[in-house]
Amino acid sequence: MRVNGQAIQPYLFLLPALVLFATFSVFPFYLMMETSLFQWDGVSPIRQFVGLHNYAQAILHDPVFHQSFIHGSWVTLLALTFQNALALLLAIAVNRNLPGRGIYRTIFFLPPILSEIVVGLIWFWIYDGNFGILNESLTRLGLASWARSWLADPHTALNAIAVIHMWKGFGWGFVIFLAGLQTIPDELYEAARVDGAGSWYRFWHITIPLLSPVVILVSILTILGTMQIFALIIATTGGGPGYHTEVPITRIFASMLGSSRFGYACAQGIVFGLILLVFSLLQLRLQKRTTP
Amino acid sequence: MHQWAAYSGWHVLCLPVAISCLFPLVWMISSSLKTQQTVFTDYSVLPAHPHFNNYLVAWTQGRFGIYFLNSLFYSAVVVVGIVSLSAITAYAFSRFSFRGSGFLYRVLLSTMLIPIPGSFVALYILLNSLHLIDTGSGGLLPRLGYVLPQINAGLPFGVFILKPFFDKIPKELEESAKVDGCGALGVFWHIMLPLARPALGVVALLTSLSAWNEFLLAYLVFSRHELMPLQRGLLAFHGTHLTDYPLLMAGMVISIVPIVVIYLVMQRNIIQGITAGALKG
Repeated sequence: MRVNGQAIQPYLFLLPALVLFATFSVFPFYLMMETSLFQWDGVSPIRQFVGLHNYAQAILHDPVFHQSFIHGSWVTLLALTFQNALALLLAIAVNRNLPGRGIYRTIFFLPPILSEIVVGLIWFWIYDGNFGILNESLTRLGLASWARSWLADPHTALNAIAVIHMWKGFGWGFVIFLAGLQTIPDELYEAARVDGAGSWYRFWHITIPLLSPVVILVSILTILGTMQIFALIIATTGGGPGYHTEVPITRIFASMLGSSRFGYACAQGIVFGLILLVFSLLQLRLQKRTTP
Repeated sequence: MHQWAAYSGWHVLCLPVAISCLFPLVWMISSSLKTQQTVFTDYSVLPAHPHFNNYLVAWTQGRFGIYFLNSLFYSAVVVVGIVSLSAITAYAFSRFSFRGSGFLYRVLLSTMLIPIPGSFVALYILLNSLHLIDTGSGGLLPRLGYVLPQINAGLPFGVFILKPFFDKIPKELEESAKVDGCGALGVFWHIMLPLARPALGVVALLTSLSAWNEFLLAYLVFSRHELMPLQRGLLAFHGTHLTDYPLLMAGMVISIVPIVVIYLVMQRNIIQGITAGALKG
């Protein structure tokens, strides 16, 4: 009896989590794959089996969906370069026992703790075409001709969103880089200094090689995070003007609740997920290597 | 003083960035103190006649009071749910060897690492068929539909933080308790939980931030204002009062006060938790 009791016990401890996990993670995962093979409006009891048609549609015949990948990739590219370079530079600065570093850290990490909705709406107001502080500042600087409706102008909308995204995100990269820098032992720098190495040499031959796993990890997480941008878009442009700021998730949303094509939305999600999978497998591999 | 000068090059870099971090927040507060008439013409940072009444109006007529209490309620339920569920799950993984434990553990954690970006479509279908989507009547079911998937979503992170922590607690402590007649549940409750308090705190802290800021699920589930949390309510307010910036900004200030306070008090733990989550796999 006792032996039996002990064998069952661990499963009893796990039961609540397993029920929840099976219901809200495993089953939806299955449901998503299954639904992607049907044409279904989400309400009617009848679904029409269409095989891989939804996938063909998503991969071959949906230019707006493809455009949304280009938009996501563009913002990702900007985040990978400008945002992460800034984050790294600031982390290096603060890591040198800079006076006031605690205050800087507190301030830099403030945007990341705010919600995308709050951040998006603040910037919506700053960018406002008629009364926004950005246009007002430009006017006062004598650059009135630059003033525009930043989020409604097709030429600037996507970059305006990228700026918001990077403003919100660099503090996150900053704290991770800072943690990475603090694992590099001071003795290495000391030894190099004794050998007469200048600060530029120390940066390229100690900091960069030892930090490179962290840099790659932050890059992957930046890709995964930025490609899945959503709430920020909803709070600012909703994908507009036209389709100029559509990203993959807003397209999936539009397929689902906009045009009630649930099967198609699932197929789009799976296609998008498979693309992201490449990056998350890279990440897994890397984390295994960096953890002792 | 000369110390600041020696580092002036770095301050030239850091200071403008710090100011650009703070300015949008200062501008939000500033705009929240202006009136519908002055907000479009008065560009001063400190308005001459701060209109604190906006906060009262936002709280009552703007419905931010309701949204705020809803957010408080949802966040509390989600945090308690994640902490207790992930604690007991992590304990089971840490202390028992049983068939399939390694496999289950890996499956659970994989959902944290592998993004399934369109999974909300299936979640919506599921919630809809379970009547957990807000359709205009009843309050309990949509609230449940909002809270349960969040508890599930936070579970892997909680287990990920807690299991290594439990692993490090020496087994001798339990053995002696078992000799004293404590069952597995007693050991968990009287020995493991109190010892794991710091790790439980990290899980509670980080999940409360993400619960407070949650938007996508709220967007899917709720259609009635009286059920909406702040993030959803802010968007609803913005949608119906497009140019009422003073009240919107007041509502946003109300919405960020709790997390900014928690952040300022607990920032060391928050940043530690975030970096641990990112750097260790």
